[in-house]
Amino acid sequence: MSAPGAAPRTGRPHAVWALPGVLFFAFFAVAPMVLAFLLSFTEWNGLGDPRPVGLANWRRLLDDPRLTQSLWLTVLLTVVSWAFQTVVALLLGVWAAGRQRNRAILSAVFFVPFLLSSTAIALLFYALLDPNFGIVQKDTLGSSNGAFLAIVFVGGWQFIPFHTLIYQGGARQIPPVLYQAAAIDGAGRYRQFVSVTLPQLRHTITTSSVLMVVGSLTYFETVLILTQGGPGTDTAILPYLMYEAGFKSYDFGYASAIASFLVAAATALSLLLVRLSGFGAMRSVREGM
Amino acid sequence: MGSGSLGSTTSPDGGRTFSRRWVLGAGAATALTTGLTACGSGGDSGGAGGALTALVYGDDAAKVQQAAVERFNASKAAKSTGATVRLEKVPGSEYPAKLRTAMGSPNAPDVFFNWGGGSIKAYQEAGQLVDLTDVIEGDPVLKDGFLPSVLDAGALGGRRYGIPMRGMQPVILFYNKSVFTEHKLQPPTTWDQLLDTNAKLKKAGITPFALGGADIWPELMWLEYLVDRIGGPEVFARIQNGDSAGWGDPAVLKAAETVRDLVDDGAFGKGFNSVSYVNGGAPAVFAQGKAAMHLMGSWEYSTQLGKFPDFAKKHLGWAAFPEFDSGTGDVRNVVGNPTNYWSVNARTRNKDAAIAFLKDCASQAYAKDLVANGDIPTTSHAAELLSSAPNPEFAAFQYEMVERAPAFTLSWDQAVDPSVQTPMLTEINKLFVGQSTPSRFVSALKELK
Repeated sequence: MSAPGAAPRTGRPHAVWALPGVLFFAFFAVAPMVLAFLLSFTEWNGLGDPRPVGLANWRRLLDDPRLTQSLWLTVLLTVVSWAFQTVVALLLGVWAAGRQRNRAILSAVFFVPFLLSSTAIALLFYALLDPNFGIVQKDTLGSSNGAFLAIVFVGGWQFIPFHTLIYQGGARQIPPVLYQAAAIDGAGRYRQFVSVTLPQLRHTITTSSVLMVVGSLTYFETVLILTQGGPGTDTAILPYLMYEAGFKSYDFGYASAIASFLVAAATALSLLLVRLSGFGAMRSVREGM
Repeated sequence: MGSGSLGSTTSPDGGRTFSRRWVLGAGAATALTTGLTACGSGGDSGGAGGALTALVYGDDAAKVQQAAVERFNASKAAKSTGATVRLEKVPGSEYPAKLRTAMGSPNAPDVFFNWGGGSIKAYQEAGQLVDLTDVIEGDPVLKDGFLPSVLDAGALGGRRYGIPMRGMQPVILFYNKSVFTEHKLQPPTTWDQLLDTNAKLKKAGITPFALGGADIWPELMWLEYLVDRIGGPEVFARIQNGDSAGWGDPAVLKAAETVRDLVDDGAFGKGFNSVSYVNGGAPAVFAQGKAAMHLMGSWEYSTQLGKFPDFAKKHLGWAAFPEFDSGTGDVRNVVGNPTNYWSVNARTRNKDAAIAFLKDCASQAYAKDLVANGDIPTTSHAAELLSSAPNPEFAAFQYEMVERAPAFTLSWDQAVDPSVQTPMLTEINKLFVGQSTPSRFVSALKELK
């Protein structure tokens, strides 16, 4: 019901509309990040004023043998989790993209773990893995490999449903005509999956992988509850190391250095993934159709 | 370790109170980044109307402090000093972090709960604590009101910064009476007896000791007692006073070797590293007779009473940690948490009122409330109240144990600086799980500053 004579709309919203969002982001994300970065050049135990120490925290970070171990553990956790979650989520997602009724119900059931809080899930598995009263009566969390695999498994159990949902959506977007054509060419189910589904899901795989990789870098609650970085330091990944430095040792300067390092690493890694996969070019996967 | 039914490193209850930990954890990332801004925006603690704020660990036992606040606010002292006290309860294991944030802010509490020792060292160094030495010396109520070993354990460098305000929590060797009777055993009083008992128990297919290794602090208790029995309380006292070379004392190495021997010998069973105390694993193993003994803080009694009341009432036995052959430590020495303390913020607007409030902790009314809550007060005249404790026999044992102790060593994780606490616990865990050797353990600890 625009008034007669009103200027015709251009169809694009004015930049002012973004202001609230930008302000929120600047205040609650950018500013604290900058503050944390500044804090990483200070020594601060939470009392009084932070004392500038130059690059001391960063030097210490480079020399810290625990950082090396942590970094390796974080990379290992990211790679193993990515492989585990992608394979399962991709297969489940493509399967769940079918239209039969039982799949809809099963898909809804698969999605349940994602609705639970990380804490609840970690507590649940902590109880299940109890060596005396759990279902798996072994020294799982007390052995290095056991603890690591438990973290990978619990993380997968929690996040596979989410990625399944993404893959389900992606797979449903694939035009049926491609499968019909492939079928006419004599492609079987396996061939259709490899030659049609996978290439068509390329961007979905990138999206899901970026989320997984960045998620693994900030993976925290499960480690805190299941292993507290143990046994010894065998599952002390970077975010846990940061928590320990900040909120157990009150070494906020060093914790901020770890946090800044994590932010840089996560940003670099996601940019790299986007660049390598060609996701940033925004080319249509259906060119030529 | 702590006051409540659940031991812990930094809190009176669980070291792994998950929901609370999670809150802390989830807050960690944001708080780290917003920490600077958050400092200026706390509650109005120490707020208007002459009300002093007392920050306390908010578990069930806080009702004793609540009663004290009400008693004080109705008292003449409150009128003459012109102040009332408002109790602010901080639930769960985020207490130390919350206290740290509050003390760094303009809205710091006037009086606050702590564990003495290393837990208040940073505040003392920042000049945020009132030195109570002269106040205590000059006031007969405070000076003679508490057991001396308990008052001493809350001191830093010979100066007193704390008034005892909760029950005592010595570490005790608990044993399962029915298992011991069945296998014709006596609680060990010497190390040889302990090894002999272990051998007999293992032969019978029973794990000698329950151990919640997943929490690490139950492992710490073994080292605390072993170092004390082998080298005496002076060994750790030196470390506590900031001399990290003290870890090089032969007693620490011997204690570490003894721990390794016990682990290799199967004294704690196989899966102890996955067993937790806080989630009830270790107490259940013990109560069900799968393990015959349990080295644990005095709160084990209330834990068992809550979870396995029948076992707690009929089969739970208690004894002192045995003597170590050729060790120099007195067998009467005790380790654990002497108690918790109130400290006074140097920036309080009404120091007189704060100290007047703290005097209530030495009163018989306060001690009675503690006893009714199942705690053993650290006041000098508590003995006469113990007959009304939920278990008078156990209460008397504990009280006498502490009263007669030549030395009461504060739990190491509370005694050392927070920056040393976490790496120390990690090294202890590595020793127990076999990732480290006794000599590597010693050299790693010597590196801690």
